[in-house]
Amino acid sequence: MNKICKYILAITALTIFVSCGNNNGGNNSGALASSKAEKVYVAPGEHDEYYAFFSGGYSGNITVAGLPSGRMLKEIPVFSQFPTSGYGYSEETKPMLNTSFGFVPWGDAHHPDISQTNGELDGRWIFINENNTPRIARVSLATFETEEIIELPNSAGNHASSFVTENTEYIVAGTRFAVPNPQRDMPINEMKGQFKGPLSFVSIAENGRMNLEFQLNMPGFNYDLAHPGRHKSHGWFFFTSYNTEEANTLMEVNASQNDKDYIAAVNWQKIAEYVKNGGGKRVPGKYAHNVYDEKTHTATSTMKDGVITIDPKDVEGAVFYIPIPKSPHGCDVDPSGEYIIGSGKLSTDLSVYSFEKIQTAIKNKDFVADAYGVPVLSYENTIAGVVAQPGLGPLHTEFDGKGNAYTTFFISSEVVKWKLGTWEVLDRQPTFYSVGHLMIPGGNSRKPFGKYMVAMNKITKDRYLPTGPELEHSAQLYDISGDKMELLSDFPTHGEPHYAAGIRADIIKDKSKKYYELSENEHPYAAKSEGEAKVTRNGNEVHVNMTMIRSHFAPDNIEGVKVGDKVYLHLTNLEQDFDVPHGFSIIGANTSEILVMPGQTKTIIWEPKREGVWPFYCTDFCSALHQEMQGYVRVSGKNSSVPISYTLDGE
Amino acid sequence: MKSASTFMIIGSALLLGLFIFPLWSISLEAPQYPNGIGMNIHLDGLEGKEKHDLQNIDGLNHYIGMSKLPKPDEMWEFSVFPKVVGSMAALGIIIGLLGFFKGISPKWFLGWLVIMIVLGVLGMYDFNNWMIEYGTNLDPKAIMKMTDANGNPLSYKPPLFGTKNILNFVAHSYPHTGAYMMGFGMFLTFLGFWIGNKKTKTVVT
Repeated sequence: MNKICKYILAITALTIFVSCGNNNGGNNSGALASSKAEKVYVAPGEHDEYYAFFSGGYSGNITVAGLPSGRMLKEIPVFSQFPTSGYGYSEETKPMLNTSFGFVPWGDAHHPDISQTNGELDGRWIFINENNTPRIARVSLATFETEEIIELPNSAGNHASSFVTENTEYIVAGTRFAVPNPQRDMPINEMKGQFKGPLSFVSIAENGRMNLEFQLNMPGFNYDLAHPGRHKSHGWFFFTSYNTEEANTLMEVNASQNDKDYIAAVNWQKIAEYVKNGGGKRVPGKYAHNVYDEKTHTATSTMKDGVITIDPKDVEGAVFYIPIPKSPHGCDVDPSGEYIIGSGKLSTDLSVYSFEKIQTAIKNKDFVADAYGVPVLSYENTIAGVVAQPGLGPLHTEFDGKGNAYTTFFISSEVVKWKLGTWEVLDRQPTFYSVGHLMIPGGNSRKPFGKYMVAMNKITKDRYLPTGPELEHSAQLYDISGDKMELLSDFPTHGEPHYAAGIRADIIKDKSKKYYELSENEHPYAAKSEGEAKVTRNGNEVHVNMTMIRSHFAPDNIEGVKVGDKVYLHLTNLEQDFDVPHGFSIIGANTSEILVMPGQTKTIIWEPKREGVWPFYCTDFCSALHQEMQGYVRVSGKNSSVPISYTLDGE
Repeated sequence: MKSASTFMIIGSALLLGLFIFPLWSISLEAPQYPNGIGMNIHLDGLEGKEKHDLQNIDGLNHYIGMSKLPKPDEMWEFSVFPKVVGSMAALGIIIGLLGFFKGISPKWFLGWLVIMIVLGVLGMYDFNNWMIEYGTNLDPKAIMKMTDANGNPLSYKPPLFGTKNILNFVAHSYPHTGAYMMGFGMFLTFLGFWIGNKKTKTVVT
């Protein structure tokens, strides 16, 4: 009897023990939960410790959030029209979305990356790629505005982008969908050996200006992701590729047949040297290069033609393939630059390559094959180690700067922490659900900040209140400062973040611009004071140089406009204080409003279709008398003789 | 007598600080202005605490019908004050030098100080008059016409010295570095007089 009692007691104790330990899911409560709440709580009026820049995926834009709170701070329009501010609608910003295919109002934004100096984030700019119509954009981290977009010709599916070298020398763009290069009319099923996968290298000048330097015309595999070497491997770039089968249909099956695909290791310094010495061949390739000028507040789009192309066979010792198990996705380089992690997404293992071993293999000409003239290194002699069976569907790896790596597993829906060098799994945490990319602020540099990790999940399901069939994606924030990862919070993200970049807030927040200097405004239609406001007619074009200040427009009564006129409304915000935008819209305009920042000039076109007196107003609640910030335009018949006149307060 | 004269020279020379540092500071606080907004009053004109503060103060004040802050050429004070201060500094230094080399009576020091005090009081009186004008001479078409409990128009005069609530703002009006230097300088000239006077008396006895 006594024995039975003891037995029961033991079972009871065991049960309590097990249930205490089993709280990984979402059922936390009590003291533990409140300490987590404190970790993400940012008191009213206080600032987050980190900026996080999430790509918007099919939104085409970037959203900015604060960490650890997860609060959304801003959406920066990049590749998509954004009626909130008039980006891509205003006459000044329409050229930003120009391409060799004409105006494209939308983009698929994937991988943001922050500029670096000596391998550390310097917070000057953030770059992001567009997958559909291959482009790279540069966004200022002083104005949080898109300043430049360059298109990549002869390419398709710019997915292996935008990753920046450790002194912001180059940024790369890949080709995820092998295509004929140059494009031509040919049967699709003859792609094998005919299609190409050009990798573009874009240089970045001191002032940020991008230039398409050369394209490496690689065999027609699908170049998926990339990362630059850093520290000891600085000067190299690594790209994963899939579909080395060169299948052209039912890819999910036919591109998954080979046991191994390739990582391409590219010595870009060698190729840059080769090009500098006159190497390569200039081939046609039409592309748009769009630049926004902060002084004129206006973008210009220049159509360019021609690019230097390089056959990888022609530069000896610069391009190699390394075999990697089954359809790799992520290609990540650790902070020391020694380890290159390839995630074969259909494999259950993670392959980690050693930069030193790669160098030795190259030196010893330890080649096992040749793919269209590109030497293939041996798997066995380049591998540093294998993280065995860490999970299912590995995608991406980031680093904490303390010798640990964190890899996402899409299929098993978890993040796994493992140790570089010993390849042992240290911890695993579930994600909700099906994590794609993850981000550690500074994780893509020599010096990760190593305090937080954000998992960006592809599936949201029940994490928030339901909002119909379409849901925002979900992110989870983990504290990674301890031995074990600790899930702190969930927060929704906008669009589909494919990656994010994070930086300590103090690196950029004091450089953030508060307003534009009106005296430096060089917009040709700026009215820098109410005295400069005017309305001029030139044929059927009417230009209105109008000012806005709390709480009126000048002029606010305009007559002499006729049906069929094309009215350019140039609005200048005369305010010179932080956070005093004014908006403008007019009834019947076939475009968006414009939101004009202090000191800025923006323009929309209005083509009045009916006679009458039509109101316009300020769309931003700017002041106590915002409602009174309004005016009228009188529109007369086509053949009317009402002269142009404009007034403010009858004067 | 030499130390007394040195005090006189240094004391009056400190007036020259007014050519570099502001005389007075008026700053405004409100919830929408977490960093405040304000101006420094220099001998020769007004200057915003931040680059565009003057314009932004004018922008706020137009709601209640106040006139714009004066430009340097719109007030005679901004051209006369530098001359007066410059002359007084020069005069003080000359008197100090005469004391040092020629041994003139320290009563000259006191005389200079008395003139300085009279001019200072006149200056404050003038400043206060301008603030009354600025705070009460309102545009009859003002957007907001605020009245007190007795139905009289509100005065938006900032305090001459101290802190005062004006509508949603709290206004602080205090001397700035230049004024402190001047005050300390005047104290030094008084010390000069006092020390000099004591020594003269000792000699006589």
